[in-house]
Amino acid sequence: MSTMIGEHLTKHYGRGEAVVSAIEDMNFVIESGEFVAVMGESGAGKSTLLSIMGAMNAPSAGTLTVEGIDVYSLGQEQRADFRREFLGFVFQSFHLIAYLTLEENVMLPLATIRMPRRRKLAMAREALASVGLDGKGKRLPHQISGGESERTAIARAIVNQPPIILADEPTGNLDSRTSREVMLLLQRLKNDGTTVVMVTHSLACAGYADRVMQMADGRLAAPPKAATVPAQAA
Amino acid sequence: MTLNTIAIQNLLRRKGKAMLILVGLVLGIGTVITVISFSDAVTGDINHKLEKYGANILIVPRTENLSLSYGGIQMGGISFDMQELRETDLEAVKHIKNYRNIAAMGPMALGAVRVNDRPVMLAGVDFEEARILKPWWKMEGRQPEANAILAGAEAARVLNIAVGDTLEIAGNAVPVSGLLKPTGSQDDQLLFVTLPTAQALLGMPGQVSMVEVAALCTACPIEEMVQQISDALPGAKVMAIQQVVKGRMETLAQFKKLSFGVSVIIILIGSLVVLVTMTGSVRERKAEIGVFRAIGFRQRHVMRIILMEATLISIGAGVVGYLASMGATRLALMLFADNPHVVVPWNMALAAGALGMSLVVGVTASIYPALTAARMDPNDALRAL
Repeated sequence: MSTMIGEHLTKHYGRGEAVVSAIEDMNFVIESGEFVAVMGESGAGKSTLLSIMGAMNAPSAGTLTVEGIDVYSLGQEQRADFRREFLGFVFQSFHLIAYLTLEENVMLPLATIRMPRRRKLAMAREALASVGLDGKGKRLPHQISGGESERTAIARAIVNQPPIILADEPTGNLDSRTSREVMLLLQRLKNDGTTVVMVTHSLACAGYADRVMQMADGRLAAPPKAATVPAQAA
Repeated sequence: MTLNTIAIQNLLRRKGKAMLILVGLVLGIGTVITVISFSDAVTGDINHKLEKYGANILIVPRTENLSLSYGGIQMGGISFDMQELRETDLEAVKHIKNYRNIAAMGPMALGAVRVNDRPVMLAGVDFEEARILKPWWKMEGRQPEANAILAGAEAARVLNIAVGDTLEIAGNAVPVSGLLKPTGSQDDQLLFVTLPTAQALLGMPGQVSMVEVAALCTACPIEEMVQQISDALPGAKVMAIQQVVKGRMETLAQFKKLSFGVSVIIILIGSLVVLVTMTGSVRERKAEIGVFRAIGFRQRHVMRIILMEATLISIGAGVVGYLASMGATRLALMLFADNPHVVVPWNMALAAGALGMSLVVGVTASIYPALTAARMDPNDALRAL
């Protein structure tokens, strides 16, 4: 089943002569369970595309359909519900909430859901354990390393088991060894059936994806093609 | 983990901002409660002092009397069908609704007698009540007991009497136990004895000529009390001495108005402190709010977090503000009041008012920042995606 379909997606910023085209008539299909890397130079439109995929930035034209839902036909609050149910975000600079413990950060997507506290805590601990942070749930973000922060961000993204993970430069602030660990984590999620869309500048990271969407000047630079999985990731 | 947990943890782990808002609210609420407590305490004290102005209600027998006097020149009067006012009738006054507002009630028996071949007015009074009704009295000698006289200053001069003299009134020898210092009132012209003595000497057992009443009316309209006494004593004419009453009420009302004006200004300043601090806090938390919105928080969820924080701080500020204001009131009374021993009681109604006021100010001033936070575009807020 097709998970995400973008049709004639266009995004312009500004008006009149000052208009800037970030995305121009973009079409793509991402299948369920696929791991896709979005690459391109700075200003190519990668982040704009990811924010449109994340139901947070309405396109100027075109449609985005996820699991059969026309995302931008939904109202703003319905899109918030959509994000909670269908999407998990991993941000470049982690964006962990400084005053919440790791467990509490991971439980954030569950905060608006009616569920016993024990169940929420169990889900958070399970998510933390799955990213190798078992037993560190009571720590605050400033008490852990960058790699652990990224893994906590991934735990937060998967705690309510969304079908799609959107990751923006997830290894941008990490060393190569930690980057590899994070990539293996994302690959494991993909293997478990989660669709992963990752924006990256790193060819090495893109190598972990099933295919690469290369962008230039707001368009797909080449038809999507299967990526070569590096030997260390296999 | 609920939205409330987020609000509580933010307050607990980012104490600086919370303390800033708390201090702003405490200063506002504390000052208002201090002003109110100080005002109440001083009003009570003023009220107590105002009692010293004496009687403000007169009760006299109902009569169809036409007064024939003008400018102090008495031409006599014509009375028709004069009602009798008896001492026992006054019991009914004790059952009126505002009886607790009556500070003193002094029945008087008045009548003319001859002393040393001169006509003079004899007044029978209850000397204990007279202490409250006529606090300006100063006497030489001692307060009379039964069958003794307290002479007004002018009466003593005209009759040439001194303490220790004995006067013959209606065939009875009555000693003079004291002399009143000049008061500038009609009291200077009179001879005072106890009420039973006057009733006996004047041949009017159980009767009273008039009753003077001192009423405290900070909380009751004097006209209502006049009506209540009139209803209780249908045979009597009850009159308010308007000037004294209005003077009291105006003094207190002006004091309250000033307090109210100061309170409104302080509350406005407190609201601005909360508004500015909360708005600044929301701007600082832009990325955090972007995360909330990105992971699926609705606008109302974000609003709820901000307003919950404001509510918790406001509750704290209400409690601390009330406690601080009690201390500040005692200090202010020591520094500024004439009577530093005025009691400032713990007032649960005022405590509840402080809490309510703090909540109203804190939460109302946080609505705009909460709306600003809720309406943030998650994409603009995050910038990361």
